[in-house]
Amino acid sequence: MNESNVLHTGTRGSRIIGILALIGLAWMVVFGLLISPPDEVQGDNVRYLYLHVPAAFLTFTAFGITAVSSILYLWKRTRSLTWDRIAGCSAEIGVVLTAVTLATGMLWGKLSWGVYWRWDALLTSTALLLVMFIGYLALRGLEASPEVRARRCAIVGIIAFLDVPLIHFSVNWWRTLHQPASIGPRKTTFDGPMLLSFFVSLVAFVLVYIWLMMHRNRLAMMEQAMDDHGLQMAIAERHAEAIA
Amino acid sequence: MEPVVHFSEAVAVHGRFPVLTGASLTVNPCEIVLLRGPNGAGKTSLLRACAGLLPVVQGIANVLGVDLTQDRKAVRARVGLLSHANGLYDDLTVTENVRFWGQTAGASDAEVKAALAELGLSGRLATVKVVKLSAGQRRRTALATVLARRPELWLLDEPHAGLDGDGRDLIDDVLRRAAAAGATILFASHELDRAEPLATRVVRIDAGRVVQPTC
Amino acid sequence: MLRTARLIAAKDLRLELNSRVTAFQVLPFAVLLVVLFAFAFDADAKVLIPAAPGLFWIAVLLSLFLAVGRMFMTETADGALDALRLSSLDPAGIFLGKAVALLLELLLLEVVLLAGVLVLYDVSVPASGVVLLVTTAFATSVGLVATGTLYGVLSAGTTVRETLLPLLIGPVVAPLLIGASRAFEAALGTRRGLDGSVVVKVSEGWPWAGLLTVFALVYVAAGLLAFGALLEDA
Repeated sequence: MNESNVLHTGTRGSRIIGILALIGLAWMVVFGLLISPPDEVQGDNVRYLYLHVPAAFLTFTAFGITAVSSILYLWKRTRSLTWDRIAGCSAEIGVVLTAVTLATGMLWGKLSWGVYWRWDALLTSTALLLVMFIGYLALRGLEASPEVRARRCAIVGIIAFLDVPLIHFSVNWWRTLHQPASIGPRKTTFDGPMLLSFFVSLVAFVLVYIWLMMHRNRLAMMEQAMDDHGLQMAIAERHAEAIA
Repeated sequence: MEPVVHFSEAVAVHGRFPVLTGASLTVNPCEIVLLRGPNGAGKTSLLRACAGLLPVVQGIANVLGVDLTQDRKAVRARVGLLSHANGLYDDLTVTENVRFWGQTAGASDAEVKAALAELGLSGRLATVKVVKLSAGQRRRTALATVLARRPELWLLDEPHAGLDGDGRDLIDDVLRRAAAAGATILFASHELDRAEPLATRVVRIDAGRVVQPTC
Repeated sequence: MLRTARLIAAKDLRLELNSRVTAFQVLPFAVLLVVLFAFAFDADAKVLIPAAPGLFWIAVLLSLFLAVGRMFMTETADGALDALRLSSLDPAGIFLGKAVALLLELLLLEVVLLAGVLVLYDVSVPASGVVLLVTTAFATSVGLVATGTLYGVLSAGTTVRETLLPLLIGPVVAPLLIGASRAFEAALGTRRGLDGSVVVKVSEGWPWAGLLTVFALVYVAAGLLAFGALLEDA
């Protein structure tokens, strides 16, 4: 894609995806709120999970894409600022998704366990992941040439993502070492219409993610093009200054 | 003989700002070339580009036989850059600073001592912490760190800044001796009455372009 | 690489020796934290003693931020970082040298800080826990300084150095903090049951020490690999 040809953030493709995403979201609401039955054990609380689980899945996917794009940027053979752009866009969307994951998780937790927060491996890892990528975005916002910014962020992004398993493992060890295995509520089995609701939600979230990525990516391309254009103008201006 | 520096229509950027917009320059071995021009003209940028610190994105840029557009890191060990900042550690003494920077280039203790002596830093000043020195004394210390490394190409940004008459004489002697011993010197200066007698050639730069490579 | 590391470490340690900033400013700050924690917990031994291991490591972490910030401030104050890049010394060697210097400073700080905790919180070190204590402190410190040095050079070149550094380092070293607190708890025997008997024994701390060692090696490897690129961009 030639950056200078991008004039709008919307394309025919993104419009189609957008419409599909809206349909998906509507379907998700219908299935999640109406069609799927309340769970035997959790009652209506289970409906939060239709938001929480896909959001969590997408969160890790989004940051995973950031990490992989970062690797592709750093690797000489595939080095291209496109990968850096994708990494940045995915991280931004990822941060929003993490907030949704944590919020829905906390609301569900309040209803199911009685507390908003439990220091378990998943929640803690997600919370720290959020902080790490807020730091990543802070780094991204600093003034620097595109190549310098790309390299810095790639390294930080990869380290952040690779650190998550370490965090998860430590917290897991930590929390299971002393506590006797807690007798949890009777496990909820997901089948039939509930499974379908999950699937529908997941598809809806994926479509929303793709739609957001397309727009954000094109926006970033436009920013890049403006930057490049600005540079060419500046070179020309300085040239003129010298000759004058 | 191979020129030490050969730039042709070189374009260099700092972030998104074009600092060199077409610099063409040739410097031969053992020359002492003065770079002059108004503030913001690109003198510092040209020196930094020669040192391999600033990326050259267009044109030809060869220093000591190294193509800077391909691998600018390769030239760094062979040049000595004296920038606006002195590159010194405030809490180390003069000797400790010169010794450290000399050792990064493999200089022996003898060479470090010689460098200190040449810059008049052997006596009382040798054991004084840099933070206590005057601006001129710091400049001499910074130059001593460059001298201790014995680079093939000296890149100096306002070497006389902050020095009194005696200090400037000292620096001029050091530079002449270095050139006589085989080094090449490219330096930027505003103080033309001091700089022009020292230089074997003067080059003018303006708005990122070299405008008048006078002979 | 090792020659470079020795050169850099010697320089950084000499800087500390000449300026004594870590010894007379960062260390007192760490001890101050221990005192402030006592205020926060109402000097209640029932709370302070079980919390001591964790509080110790928080104090160490906050001190690390200061020490790393100071280390890179001396590099950027007069353009020395630029000159380091120009010297084309092996970046891995520079990383190693700086990390070692920082490690020695941190270990010294931890010794004094531990003494402070023992005295102020009335905690004692059982003989059986000493080896675990030392091993844990060493492994954790290695991981901390590796991360600190790597992110230190990254933030050195920015205008937001002081605020960015803790934000980047903090989450990444969380596993170290978890492990170190638990291992120290085992080594010091600070978690007691209602009857006063030690609930977490020394032997339970060793798996944590093992984990910390693995983490430390991972962090050092990451630092060795990435430092050069970040130094170039600083």
